[in-house]
Amino acid sequence: MKGGLSEFFAMGGYALYVWGSFGATALLMIAEPLLVRQRRKAALQRISRLVRIKSEQQS
Amino acid sequence: MSGRLSLYRFSSPAAFYPLAGTIGKIAALIAVVLLAIGLYMSFFVAPTDYKQGEGYRIIFIHVPSAWMSMFIYLVMAFWAGIGLVFNTRLSSMMAQALAPTGAIMTFIALWTGAFWGKPMWGAWWVWDARLTSELILFFLYIGFIALQGSIDDTRRADRAGAVLLLVGVVNIPIIYFSVKWWNTLHQGATVSVTEGSSMGTIMLQTMLIMTFAFWAYSIAVAMYRVRSIILEREKDTRWVSELPEVRR
Repeated sequence: MKGGLSEFFAMGGYALYVWGSFGATALLMIAEPLLVRQRRKAALQRISRLVRIKSEQQS
Repeated sequence: MSGRLSLYRFSSPAAFYPLAGTIGKIAALIAVVLLAIGLYMSFFVAPTDYKQGEGYRIIFIHVPSAWMSMFIYLVMAFWAGIGLVFNTRLSSMMAQALAPTGAIMTFIALWTGAFWGKPMWGAWWVWDARLTSELILFFLYIGFIALQGSIDDTRRADRAGAVLLLVGVVNIPIIYFSVKWWNTLHQGATVSVTEGSSMGTIMLQTMLIMTFAFWAYSIAVAMYRVRSIILEREKDTRWVSELPEVRR
């Protein structure tokens, strides 16, 4: 790392390709866990509702 | 005997649910650590390539994701096959949990391939054997997800999905050996079981660390997803309604 930050980001002229690849990958690998968490939240909410309805019917 | 018994025990969704949580947590931790090391090595330790300059660094995500795209498919087909033969519910859930991750890995392999092909070959895309068969793999993942989603009856959806996956297995050796069987623009295998590696040691180490990172990531995401699938499918059971995370 002699040339500093701007040289690092320039990637020897391959900036678009290197950052286009790593950027898209990062985006997907951040989005997927978030979607998985969303799905879990939704599932738990639905089940909580189901349990509540059942207990109301019993009482 | 007890070992066999305990293995069977985990084929029940209720027993596997907490285990999946533990495996997921450990895998996520490993993934974060390995990704940090792997990314650092990708940019600061691995030397500039004498032919491709800095552009070659795409290899550190391209090859791991391409490997994972094929490997996840094989694991999915394995679980789906087990589910088809033994009618075990959990194996079909595992296949379902892996599908989106496999599709994402395939997409990453195709995307980074395009971003690597453009500067090195002068084209984002060519209809060559390696690229086309990998694209077919992507469609197989999407087809599996769509097929499962379109059938309401879970058992029938699992069965239909399993058949699709097992038929599609043919595509995996085609992808793997395509660079040998056909004349192609895509370079041959960088790492081969029979011939060893043709790359520098540090580059190879970086690529392997990134591969293990992607591996741990896939396990973590699939484990967390299978927990949701278990919840969705077993929502009417007593053990689910008694889980501490279910609010009453």
